[in-house]
Amino acid sequence: MIEIRIHPQSFDIDYEMKRIQVSSSSGAMVSFLGSVRDIQSKNSLKNLEIEHYPKMAHKVLNETAKYAFEKWKLSRCLIIHRYGKLKINDPIVLIVTQSDHRKEAFKANEYIIDFLKINAPFWKKENTSKDSYWVSQKP
Amino acid sequence: MKLIYFAKVREILGKSEEIIEVPSEIKTIQNLIDFLISHDPSYKAALEDKDFFVACDEELVDMDFIIKRTSEIAIFPPVTGG
Repeated sequence: MIEIRIHPQSFDIDYEMKRIQVSSSSGAMVSFLGSVRDIQSKNSLKNLEIEHYPKMAHKVLNETAKYAFEKWKLSRCLIIHRYGKLKINDPIVLIVTQSDHRKEAFKANEYIIDFLKINAPFWKKENTSKDSYWVSQKP
Repeated sequence: MKLIYFAKVREILGKSEEIIEVPSEIKTIQNLIDFLISHDPSYKAALEDKDFFVACDEELVDMDFIIKRTSEIAIFPPVTGG
């Protein structure tokens, strides 16, 4: 089962993990969580603004999950990506992959986040106390 | 033809979308970009460094891709999600 969610509101990592864990007999589950960090700006970060192209973002995440799901024989794959204004330490993205074996779950998870970072149409803008700028791509 | 813009490209152009009439000789994405740049200087500022991607109907395409007149064409900078 593949689940893709793109929304501005936050998510509860424990709830999402537990929900998937109890819903399947597969024993291996891997999660990746990406959060807002204040490491790039010279001035303190006020917020991180994430813009996206809704139709295409959904399509890219869905196709990416589908590819990983089949290639690594997953039982569950969840991708949540937020947009809008986020604060330091807010969660941005959650990827959960579940499989019968850990190697498949790890590989699928890494593939999804790597592919997402260079292909999914989301853009980050850092708003600091002094200025605002678009984040450059870091594959 | 419907054009939509995101992130830095949208900010430089000062609009998120527009419908434009393009001459019939505009066949490829490259033709379209050249047409936009010659048409208005703000496109030059947004597109001349070639640091952008183009998607037709939500699929990334190359500069020699033949445009369908009914497509939604999106122009945006390199993505930075995740």
